[in-house]
Amino acid sequence: MSQPIARNLPRSFDKIRTRCGDFFESWIEANEAELHAAVALSDLRPMVERLVENGCRLACVFAEDRVAAQGFYLLYHLFDHPQDRRYLLVRTSIPAENPRFPSVSAELPSVNWQEREIQDWFGITAEGHPNPRRVALHDNWPEIHPLRKDFPIDTVLPPFEGEQHVYRPTHGEGVFHIPVGPVHAGIIEPGHFNFAVAGEPILYLQLRMFYTHKGIEKRFEQLPARHAVYLAESISGDSSFSHGTAFCMAIEAAAGVEIPARARRMRTILLELERLYNHVGDIGAIATDVGFGVANAHASRLRELILGVNEELTGSRLLRGVVCPGGVRRDWTEQQIIDCRVALQRFESDFADLMRIINGSDSTRDRLDRTGTLHPDQASDLGIVGVAGRASGINRDLRRDHPYAAYGEISFQVPVYQEGDVLARLRVRVDEVGQSLAIIREIAARLAPGPTRIALPPLPPDRIGLGAVEGWRGEILHWIRTGADGRLERCKIKDPSLSNWPAMVEAVKGNIVPDFPVINKSFNLSYSGTDR
Amino acid sequence: MFHIFQKSVQTGLVTIGYPQKPAQISAQFRGAPAFDFSAWRDARPAAEACPTGAIQIHDFDARRSVTVDYGLCNYCGECAEADGTGAVKITQEFELAVRQRNDLIVTAEYALRPDGSQGELVEMGRNERGPGGRRYRSESAGGPGLGIKTEETTTPSVSELESLERNVQQKIHRLLGRSLSIREVDAGSCNGCEMEIGALNNPIYDLERLGIHFVASPRHADMLLVTGPVTRNMELALVKTWRATPEPKIVIASGSCAISGGIFGVNYATRGAVDAVIPVDVFIPGCPPRPHALLHGILLALGRMEQRALPQGATVVNPQSC
Repeated sequence: MSQPIARNLPRSFDKIRTRCGDFFESWIEANEAELHAAVALSDLRPMVERLVENGCRLACVFAEDRVAAQGFYLLYHLFDHPQDRRYLLVRTSIPAENPRFPSVSAELPSVNWQEREIQDWFGITAEGHPNPRRVALHDNWPEIHPLRKDFPIDTVLPPFEGEQHVYRPTHGEGVFHIPVGPVHAGIIEPGHFNFAVAGEPILYLQLRMFYTHKGIEKRFEQLPARHAVYLAESISGDSSFSHGTAFCMAIEAAAGVEIPARARRMRTILLELERLYNHVGDIGAIATDVGFGVANAHASRLRELILGVNEELTGSRLLRGVVCPGGVRRDWTEQQIIDCRVALQRFESDFADLMRIINGSDSTRDRLDRTGTLHPDQASDLGIVGVAGRASGINRDLRRDHPYAAYGEISFQVPVYQEGDVLARLRVRVDEVGQSLAIIREIAARLAPGPTRIALPPLPPDRIGLGAVEGWRGEILHWIRTGADGRLERCKIKDPSLSNWPAMVEAVKGNIVPDFPVINKSFNLSYSGTDR
Repeated sequence: MFHIFQKSVQTGLVTIGYPQKPAQISAQFRGAPAFDFSAWRDARPAAEACPTGAIQIHDFDARRSVTVDYGLCNYCGECAEADGTGAVKITQEFELAVRQRNDLIVTAEYALRPDGSQGELVEMGRNERGPGGRRYRSESAGGPGLGIKTEETTTPSVSELESLERNVQQKIHRLLGRSLSIREVDAGSCNGCEMEIGALNNPIYDLERLGIHFVASPRHADMLLVTGPVTRNMELALVKTWRATPEPKIVIASGSCAISGGIFGVNYATRGAVDAVIPVDVFIPGCPPRPHALLHGILLALGRMEQRALPQGATVVNPQSC
């Protein structure tokens, strides 16, 4: 994608290549957003170490079964660097007869679950993993590796017959466990939380996710791209548009097409509307969890206002069925844009009143301040992304760092706080609401008439592409490889929640059990996005 | 404190009048597609465009059978866009909840022309099976299961069924119709349904004004409102929740995934429809169903609202024909 601001920027990966070039078997500038490199399996660990020493961040690790096609598995490590707008995708081939790779989780705990997913789904061993137990398939699953190509998606497994998972015991006088879930008390998604407590304070929280695992990455492999966008929209319901957009961007990158300017700007507005409705909803939910119902009543009313705007612009309250490979499916009239602006003006003043009410409550502040603290060094070790990262000192936002849609046309502030508590996560949201409103205003003013969609040429097999979107929660990555007959050969999805769940474990330590709901809500992570 | 009172007075009443008054819905809202079956000349473009396979075509013996499943539809509108002849239109219909899974499935049979287009509409009816011949209401649908029967083994006659249903409805209405406690169970959804169900608690939809509220435990519940394709990992939790709910109880499957498995279908990780695992009383289509649609479905289960015909042009002409 050509972005006016993207030119003349530091290109740190070029320097890194000269420093670490001896590791790489190949190095290709695939497009303006992606570098592709290959490394031998024996050089994988030292390469990762060297890149991390040079300031790179390991964003994602994933695998692909190429045994039938090429005779090996492929393992991918995706890096970015604060001083480069491109992503670096490093590929390693793993022999089919001896499927193993060196784990880097001990040094980089951010990929702990991701490496174990590769073990579960592909049967490729992560050698030296500090905790190699199953994560994505529960303990009672038979020995299957569903993302292998020779595993049929419609395989019928025996029914689930009860837990076999062994939680880490916690001993001591007065220490006991509180098991919660998977069916929770509220209207939320399923997961299991096992708290070890001594009186009120939480000693240790063990998480068990993947209750909503529905084989989404495998399901993508059955669908043509134009249908698969609906599956992408159903990865995490509150991020339908962000996931849909990331998927479409991956397809567009694979096809090598650039979407029309109007479509880029329309996507930007819709991405910000998604951020708005979720942020204001979360602000209300945080208020609820400290017993401030009136604030939540106003917040949920404001959320409904944005959902109404969504419906006026797209026909769907959750922004579904509008993004498509090549652009967006419907255009807007001038009147629709004016109505949207008027509604957002009303929202802005109403939101200011809401924040006056919340900020005016000392008892609310008392409950949020220094509750559920995630220290910046922990956040950085765990590779925390998005809102939770920015509340713990991580100055990263893909809209600015890897501009997509129309974000390269404008400038905006990225709020960063160092405190890492519930209050900081609330403040990041409040600041971002203001930024979103400004972004929508500015982009709407630039919305010149023009086409909203271009037809994509038929996609030949074996094209690859990456889509990266800063969803309201954080970094969403979609990576695809095209297959025969316009179908997808592989779709890797990374929801920000997968990175951020372990942060919750750290943030709740030492807090009292009654504060868990508000801490959980301040992260508001997706179960379905994690479990896929 | 003053700000709070001031704001409440300024804001005034925001709660909608639905269902006592008609719903006020945006003209842009994409509701159920309506099919003008008698004017439809070629179902292939719409079927090809449908991402969930809710429109299925079977050609045999110079005939074409077209099946539309509103319980699998994700209401994206691709069919109307692809058809382009005006035979498929997107309506504003959202009151789609039904008591029988089959009420969401419509079949039209046409004479098949040599060029592959459709001739005269020969017959219309409901289908006992889902698209592709997949049986939804069956113990054997997605695997061995946990032993709960979800289908009658002998089929009673229509009049027996109707009187049985009337009796059950009266009983449920008497017991639960005035005040109802709902336990929501996410059996594997994407969280889209949860967001709209959660919205029922906000001041706009305010479910409590109808004497209905959400409770934290199945032990306190009269109704389970279940979402999602039932994942393998949630099957047992769903069954245990169902068993923990005292009789009499009502089960609602909310959203296309809960009705049919939706876009996820049945695969190694999901059992698909909720009624493949526990018996279901009411089905609320939508992806997700908007809050009004949820209200309609919940009140339908209580006998406080009526089941509506599928959108015009898609009415069942002869429901007993198959």
